[in-house]
Amino acid sequence: MSTFLGMPSLPVFGSGNLHAAESFPKAAHRELGNAQLRANLGHATHTIRDKRLQVVSELPDWEQLRDAGSAIKESVMARLPELLEQFEQNFTARGGVIHWARDASEANEIVAGLIRDTGETEVVKVKSMATQEIGLNEYLEEQGIAAFETDLAELIVQLDHDKPSHILVPAIHKNRTEIRDIFLREMPGADPELTDNPAVLAMAARAHLRRKFLTAKVAVSGANFALADSGTLAVVESEGNGRMCLTLPETLITVMGVEKLLPSWQDLEVFMQLLPRSSTGERMNPYTSLWTGVTEGDGPQNVHLVLLDNGRSAALADEMGRSALHCIRCSACMNVCPVYERTGGHAYGSTYPGPIGAILSPLLTGIESEENSSLPYASSLCGACYDACPVKINIPDILVHLRSVDVDSQRGKKKLPSQMDVGMSAASWALSSGKRLGLLERGLPLGRLAAGRDKKIKKLPGIAAGWTQSRDIPAPPAQSFRNWWAKERQGAEQHGGKTQDTTQNEETGA
Amino acid sequence: MSAREDILGRIRSALRDAPVAPEIPREYRATSELDQDALVHLLSDRLVDYKARVSVVAAADVPARIAELLADVGSYVAPEGLDAAWVTESDARRRVDSAAAPLSVAELDGIGAVVTGSAAAVAETGTIILDGSPNQGRRAISLVPDHHICVVNAADIAGILPESLRRIDGTRPLTLISGPSATSDIELERVEGVHGPRILDVIIGR
Repeated sequence: MSTFLGMPSLPVFGSGNLHAAESFPKAAHRELGNAQLRANLGHATHTIRDKRLQVVSELPDWEQLRDAGSAIKESVMARLPELLEQFEQNFTARGGVIHWARDASEANEIVAGLIRDTGETEVVKVKSMATQEIGLNEYLEEQGIAAFETDLAELIVQLDHDKPSHILVPAIHKNRTEIRDIFLREMPGADPELTDNPAVLAMAARAHLRRKFLTAKVAVSGANFALADSGTLAVVESEGNGRMCLTLPETLITVMGVEKLLPSWQDLEVFMQLLPRSSTGERMNPYTSLWTGVTEGDGPQNVHLVLLDNGRSAALADEMGRSALHCIRCSACMNVCPVYERTGGHAYGSTYPGPIGAILSPLLTGIESEENSSLPYASSLCGACYDACPVKINIPDILVHLRSVDVDSQRGKKKLPSQMDVGMSAASWALSSGKRLGLLERGLPLGRLAAGRDKKIKKLPGIAAGWTQSRDIPAPPAQSFRNWWAKERQGAEQHGGKTQDTTQNEETGA
Repeated sequence: MSAREDILGRIRSALRDAPVAPEIPREYRATSELDQDALVHLLSDRLVDYKARVSVVAAADVPARIAELLADVGSYVAPEGLDAAWVTESDARRRVDSAAAPLSVAELDGIGAVVTGSAAAVAETGTIILDGSPNQGRRAISLVPDHHICVVNAADIAGILPESLRRIDGTRPLTLISGPSATSDIELERVEGVHGPRILDVIIGR
């Protein structure tokens, strides 16, 4: 193990499809207008959520597995340089080739170069968040290389020139009829009589991709796990498209974030129990493939791995946020999130949607990345994501932490205090004294006047307008609690009740 | 500076607070208490739940069961190291595959079924593990033909995943199979059989 003697450097943030094009509130407002999307999402998230709960409750040691998973990931982060070097040594010793990529464009160039070296202009792809993150398909297209997504949902999204909206089921926002229409419009040779039966649609995808699988010379994949002590890579999937890509081509190029390492073979027994149950709600996914470098006579003989930083080292530098890198991309958090369920994945802008995306994207790009600074606010802080997370990432705490980082980074940027600053100072002045608050509360009946006859305030001025944009505020009560209490107590005293005199204590807190 | 040095340097710099790797609590189950009858029953149940077809037979009846399943199949492929007693020596439909003399992908695509053994199985999750041993062969042969007939020895069934993985060499080319190929990408409705074998027949021999 080498020792790092250089000066601590500033974090270097990630690039690619991690930046939102617009702020979350703006995008969410638009997506909320799509009733079909909300219906599709509501059905899908509730279905997976129920299945997950059922299979998780079958395991008597689920919490022990979560504890182990969380500690293993924490250990990986603490030992990352050492584990990366160990992995590199083992993978290379078994005939694999490792490439390191600082950011999205460097990773794209490496992959394109490796494909060009084979002389091929077509590749088949296994669904992968890492290649989505770096925008590989778009880059390859510019380079004259066609990348065919082979996961059914990714294929649907690719054919529709759309973007994935969920980590596990990227086409979750579309229903069967929409998918049939996409196939009829975009899939060469699709049967014009195609029905919207999912089995029929799946068979159409099989027929469409079969020839590609059997003739492809190059495949590109991601990896779910990498084992440092043996140099082994693992891909977890359902459809067999993964096995096709990982087994039949001559060249296999895998792109993986540096955080996906696990120290040893034994750790796989933990994660292979946590991942399938948390993601699809199955006891086990249909297929898992593991390969350690090159196996002579079996599978690809040219095996490459691109190890990707792209902001991961920056996320690691945030002591409080670094556990976001524990994420195993199961998507359990998004299936339980009330915000995700209504806005869908596109509202988050980045490749990583939902609660984990709301912390991971700004950690990878830096919170000062303009549109990502709204992501930590895209949450009700209800904590359902923390309960669902198989590796116990405390998403609500990190959301709050990132909000404070955002507020701090905004401070000093503006010359004049914002409405929020003024409001907060005023609130602090009023709330720090019971007497002051009591005086202000006498103004409550004014609010009732503003509310009008239906007893609802529909529009507040200034910064508070954001709150009333999508909700009404009920009219304030006719009198304050303080007022009511004083009157009640008077009554009690008249009836001979013994109460403590609090009027004198009222100011002691000030 | 190379990308490698640069990235490792950034990571070391990010860890300048010197976090300590925690002890890993491994209080989760490492073994199960089920006897062989219970293991066979649980594995069958879980595989059937995934829409695999399961037959439990005496070890001596495995060849007969394979023959039944192959009755209406055209040609089939067998790995070189498959138990010679499992398939009849005179079977003209049989194609033999090995790393030294592999069938091409196009040839495999024209073959109806494959017969393999297995390295291990996990009852609780309905999982069968292939590790590329001679009786299981190259990964491609259990992937391209549409019908996979897989023989599991009852003695190789473990109750839970850690027991099985601890018996396996992780550096072999491994495939974990839990039911036939499936997708739930369209409205989360499960459809069996997308790109891998659409039919999985498991014969448990005891």
